[in-house]
Amino acid sequence: MNGSDSITITSLLLASSLVLVSLFFSYWQKLNLEKETVISVIRAVVQLVAVGFVLEYIFGLHNPIFTTLLLLFMILNAAYNAAKRGREVKNGFLISFVSIAAGTIVTLAVLTLSKTLKYEPYQMIPVGGMIISNSMVALGLCYKQLVSNFKARREEVETKLSLGADILPSSIEIIRDATKTGMLPTIDSAKTLGIVSLPGMMTGLIMAGAPPMEAIKYQIMVTFMLLSTTSISSFMACYLSYRGFFNERKQLML
Amino acid sequence: MSWLEFRNVCFENDGAKILRDLSVTIEEGDFISIVGQSGSGKSTFLKLCSHLISPTQGDILFKNQSLFAYNSTELRKSIAYCFQIPYLFGDTVMENLSFPFTIRNLKFDQERVQELFSLFQMPQNYLNKGVKNLSGGEKQRIALLRSLIFIPEVLLLDEVTSALDSENTAIVEKVISQYHEKGLTILWITHNLEQSRKYANRLLTLEAGKIKGWEVIR
Repeated sequence: MNGSDSITITSLLLASSLVLVSLFFSYWQKLNLEKETVISVIRAVVQLVAVGFVLEYIFGLHNPIFTTLLLLFMILNAAYNAAKRGREVKNGFLISFVSIAAGTIVTLAVLTLSKTLKYEPYQMIPVGGMIISNSMVALGLCYKQLVSNFKARREEVETKLSLGADILPSSIEIIRDATKTGMLPTIDSAKTLGIVSLPGMMTGLIMAGAPPMEAIKYQIMVTFMLLSTTSISSFMACYLSYRGFFNERKQLML
Repeated sequence: MSWLEFRNVCFENDGAKILRDLSVTIEEGDFISIVGQSGSGKSTFLKLCSHLISPTQGDILFKNQSLFAYNSTELRKSIAYCFQIPYLFGDTVMENLSFPFTIRNLKFDQERVQELFSLFQMPQNYLNKGVKNLSGGEKQRIALLRSLIFIPEVLLLDEVTSALDSENTAIVEKVISQYHEKGLTILWITHNLEQSRKYANRLLTLEAGKIKGWEVIR
C-alpha cells in the first residue's frame, strides 16, 4: 500500500468530521473549548498547507543555505515559544535560542558526519523539526521546574548563601532537578517505544510503504537524537538561566 | 570599634513597610538581644545584616564599610546567619558539615568537627546520620555547628532555641556564651526576656519596624 496516494481531498474533508467529536464533548461537558478547538484546527490546516508549499519549493531547490535558513527560522519560533513558558526567566528568548540551536547543531552534525542523514532539505527539515520541537518542550518543562523550585526551595538556597556559598553551589540541586525534568519525558517515551506506541517517524515510513525493519532503523536514530538534543538543550538552558534568579548582590530575587 | 551600623535603614516588600528609618550601631564583641512582637521586623533586620536582602533606603556598614562594597559571598562567610527553622540539605549530617569546607575548596577537617561535636554534646557517629532521622533539637544544633566550623566575625541567631527543650536550650546557650566570651559579636532574636537579659549586654526592642528601645543591660 502506498499511503500517500490513498488520501484525497474528499476523504480528508470526511475525516474532518472527527473534529465534531471534540466539539461535541466540549459543548456537552461545558468545557468551553469550542472556540479554541475551531481556531486550533483552522490554524493547523492553514499552517500545514503553507508549510507544504514552502517545503515543496525548498525541497526542489536542493540549496543548503535555504535549508539552514529554514532550520534557523524554526529555532527562532521554538525559542519564542519556550521563552513564553518561562516568563520569569531572564533573557528567556536568548537562552532558549542558544540552547535549542546548540542541541540541534550538535545532533544534526553527528547524524550528518556519521552519514546517517544527508544535508538535504527532505531529510534535514523533518528531522530538524523533530529535534527543535522536542527541545522546545523540554525547555518549557525546565523553566517551569526552575521557577517552582526557586520559589519552593528558597530556604535551602538562602541557607547555602548564608553559609558563604556562591550562587551556583546554592542552586546546583535545583538546576539538576530542572535539567532532569526536561530530559525525563524523552527517556520515558524511549522506554515504551514499540510497546505503548508506534512513534511518528516509524508510522509515517510504514504508511508510506517502507518495510518495518527499515522503519525501525529510522526510529532508533530518532530516539538517539532526541536523547542527545533534549539533554544538551536542557543542560544549557538551566545553567544559563539560573543566574537570572539572583541580583548582582547574589540575593535570590523571586 | 563600630562593627555593624544601620544608617536610616528602611525596608519595603510589595509596598509594605517592614523597617522604618532604623539607625543603630553595634560594637565589636557586643551581645545584642533583639525582641519584639511577630511582624516587628526582627528577622528582616537579621536578613539585612547577612545581606540576603538589601535596604530599600539607607545603608548598612560592616567595619565602617558599606555592605555593598563587600563581595557578597565573602561577607556572608564573616556574618553567619542561623535561621529559626534550621534547614539541613542532602541526606546526611556529613553533607551539611562538609559543605563549608567544599565552598572554601578545603579538605574536610575531621578534628575540627569532632571538637564541635564535643562542644555541642553530640556523639561522634552523628556524621553518618540521616538528616531525616534527627529531632528538631538535633537539627538546630547541627545547623549552628555548621555555621561555627569556620568562626565568623558576627553570628546572627533567629530564635534558635524557641523550639528546643530545656536540655537542648542549655547546650546551645552554653556554646553561644562561650563563643561570645572569646570575642564573637552576636545578635540574637529571642522571645525569652529572661534569656536575653542573662547573656546580652544590650537589648534592642523593635515595634512595627521601628526601634522602641535600645537598652544597655551591662
